[in-house]
Amino acid sequence: MSARVLVGVKRVIDYAVKIRVKPDHTGVVTDGVKHSMNPFCEIAVEEAVKLKEKKLVKEVVAVSCGPQQAQGKEIDLQIISNKRMTVGFILQETIRTALAMGADRGIHVEVSGKDYETLGPLQVSKILAALAKKEEANLIILGKQAIDDDCNQTGQMTAALLDWPQGTFASEVTMDRDMLKVVREIDGGLETIKIKMPAVLTADLRLNTPRYATLPNIMKAKKKKITTVKPGDLGVDVSSRLEVLNVEEPPQRLAGVKVETVDDLVGKLKEAGKI
Amino acid sequence: MIAIMPLKRPQAVLDKAQVGSSTAVKAKVEKDIKAVESKSFAVNMFKGQITTEQVFPYPSVMNEEQTQFLRELVPPVSKFFYEVNDPMKNDALEKVEDHTMEGLKELGAFGLQVPVEHGGLGLTNTQYARLVEVVGMHDLGVGITLGAHQSIGFKGILLFGNPQQKEKYLPKLASGETIAAFCLTEPASGSDAASIKTTAVLSECGTYYTLNGSKIWISNGGISEIFTVFAKTPVKDEKTGEMKDKITAFIVERSFGGVTHGPPEKKMGIKASNTAEVYYENVRVPVENVLGEVGGGFKVAMNILNNGRFGMAAALSGTMRGAIAKAVDHAANRTQFGNKIHTYGAIQEKIARMAILHYVTESMAYMVSGNMDSGASEFQIEAAISKIFASEAAWNVTDECIQVMGGMGFMKDAGVERIMRDLRIFRIFEGTNDILRLFVALNGFQNAGNHLKNLQKALKNPLGNVGLLTGEITKRAKRRAGLGTGLSLSGSVHPELAHSGDLAVKALEHFGGTVEELLLKHGKKIIDEQFVLKRVADSAIDLYTMVVVLSRASRSLSQGLTSAQLEKIMCETWCVEAHDRIMQNVKDLKSSSSRKLFNNLRDVSTSLVENGGVVAPHPLGF
Repeated sequence: MSARVLVGVKRVIDYAVKIRVKPDHTGVVTDGVKHSMNPFCEIAVEEAVKLKEKKLVKEVVAVSCGPQQAQGKEIDLQIISNKRMTVGFILQETIRTALAMGADRGIHVEVSGKDYETLGPLQVSKILAALAKKEEANLIILGKQAIDDDCNQTGQMTAALLDWPQGTFASEVTMDRDMLKVVREIDGGLETIKIKMPAVLTADLRLNTPRYATLPNIMKAKKKKITTVKPGDLGVDVSSRLEVLNVEEPPQRLAGVKVETVDDLVGKLKEAGKI
Repeated sequence: MIAIMPLKRPQAVLDKAQVGSSTAVKAKVEKDIKAVESKSFAVNMFKGQITTEQVFPYPSVMNEEQTQFLRELVPPVSKFFYEVNDPMKNDALEKVEDHTMEGLKELGAFGLQVPVEHGGLGLTNTQYARLVEVVGMHDLGVGITLGAHQSIGFKGILLFGNPQQKEKYLPKLASGETIAAFCLTEPASGSDAASIKTTAVLSECGTYYTLNGSKIWISNGGISEIFTVFAKTPVKDEKTGEMKDKITAFIVERSFGGVTHGPPEKKMGIKASNTAEVYYENVRVPVENVLGEVGGGFKVAMNILNNGRFGMAAALSGTMRGAIAKAVDHAANRTQFGNKIHTYGAIQEKIARMAILHYVTESMAYMVSGNMDSGASEFQIEAAISKIFASEAAWNVTDECIQVMGGMGFMKDAGVERIMRDLRIFRIFEGTNDILRLFVALNGFQNAGNHLKNLQKALKNPLGNVGLLTGEITKRAKRRAGLGTGLSLSGSVHPELAHSGDLAVKALEHFGGTVEELLLKHGKKIIDEQFVLKRVADSAIDLYTMVVVLSRASRSLSQGLTSAQLEKIMCETWCVEAHDRIMQNVKDLKSSSSRKLFNNLRDVSTSLVENGGVVAPHPLGF
């Protein structure tokens, strides 16, 4: 099989980090914060690598968009192991992780400064669509959403831009020549669809359990190539039409009161004007 | 687990020095005087000298690629320990869970320092240290399983193996397909490693040795396929033609036949690691499996241990980092008497001291690994100090973590009592801290003794050695007069830490002077003065740690790290207290009342041993 799979990998603040909002409410604090690959992207990479291992595809290409180097002071010379304090790592390391998991090569789409700050699903899907054509990909696998902005749009938009069929929220994928049987997680159950490649898939949580990037594979991945392109090279305009007005922390939960009896409870609820 | 004495036997240390002086010819004397000066700070501090090369600036030994590679390695290891490894379960099962063990093998954790061409990751000591730090933070039982394998189990093959041995054994060891163990300790041979009884006798045909004996407390003993075994072999003395038993190291495969092991030992801690007796009964070991030279086994053993100690300091700084996070979390959230408990001085002092102990240990671990990576050959004192200090600091920090957490910390679910149990062995194995203290002191004395001897030789030919003598005489005169000897750390230490630097210099001058006085007073009998040696070692440890934190904090100040001011005050605090301890020790060592005190302690101990326990009758009379 000669299919080529494009997998999007996004670098996000690690799931275990306690998120803090910047004092000026323009976003969240990313300086000195541990970053890692978006968990849904890991699932996407795993699925692509599995297809390769089954010899159903010939090449897996990992793509990520972002600045050459992590911004700000993330690259602190001190390497700290504590989960909450570990410094973020450079974007290419996200691609390297994908390579260590089994992707064959990487593409780093260099987006920096203001463009990176406003980079959203539409811009990314334009980039992915352009890359899919350039690389002659037959399949794009993405995470269903990223855990930072929870947009859940990139896969759908990419499919629309390419006019390819889409299999979103996939929990099981079977490839038979150029047909894909996709079991989708939908409200209240599962839906099975068949789509024809080229196509776009987005991975849901239960699609697979991603493997760990092992140390020997990380070492071997050093030899794999990462090419850098700019959105301009792909003919993509990444300017955004959205403006973030305000970012706030969720309201803190207030302390509750314990009541002795039902009457007390009713009284309190009346007091609070709830009944 | 091994409890061995990483010491040239004290007698040997001093004998060697004696031989040197009695056989020296004049030419040799002159050569000795100009003898290659050691670059080790610790060696030279015993001579009252400051050698900054290895300690300032704080070592930075990784190139960009190595740093980048390490940066990529840390997250998956960390993730593995958060998500796959379950320390409590390992502890309860008294073994590393099977799937975890498999995972570790796949992860590549068994061949961290094996060269790439032999299937490992080829990590430097510093890179290795960084990864074992992650292991130490999560599970010391797993740490010992991995450490017994690669830090000592097959380290001998890495350090002394010939190309054929490396080719044959390293690939499978690196992948974890075979596990290795280090077999030195025997039932009657613990700290006194030279007294082992296991024998290896060369066959008449000269193609194999027959190995017989038993080893105890062997980490991985029950799960290993490859053993580094130390045994006595008859070796012909080149000079006298006499046959003498000398220790030789062998690579022994379980598949040779005749290798068996006992059941896993029941232990206080590091339960997840396998510890067992290993028996060798007429095991045929091919001559090509001799590791290093025939009769050179003691050197092999000591080098392996010497090369592994920094890893313990690194692992334990990880342990401390974890314990500190737990204590801080509790102190920041627990309310008593209407306030969070971190607002109380009693808790603040604990947390501050925990942080400082961690800072010292971590700084030392990477100082030693850095020195090793930049090719230092003389780091035995530093490595021994790092092991002693780290194991005691980690014990302290974890103990205080439990104290900060109160009753909560005592509960199994808090996960700290296991760490406490796991930690206890670190003060015992790979050279007990007591033996290592003697090692530090005697090693220092040996070097200082040679230095003195050179001076004495120089005195015989004063005209030929004017420079050396005037320098030394001035130094002594100044010291006697209570003036500084002109030694200084300014230029090395950041100006903001000048005062702490001065304290270190002052302590070093007094320490060097005391060492010299003790040598002149006791001569080679110093080896019998263990009460003295312990105090000398304590001071040596304090002195080295002062310099280590001065170096690290200076670097942070120069780099303008956001944490620099905090590091500065931790460094200052440590230096003030370490200086005071050294001065107290120096004072005690010189005073006649301490001699009386030592005698008291000796007498009390002797009486108890004679009596088989406490001597004084019960206060109630029954």
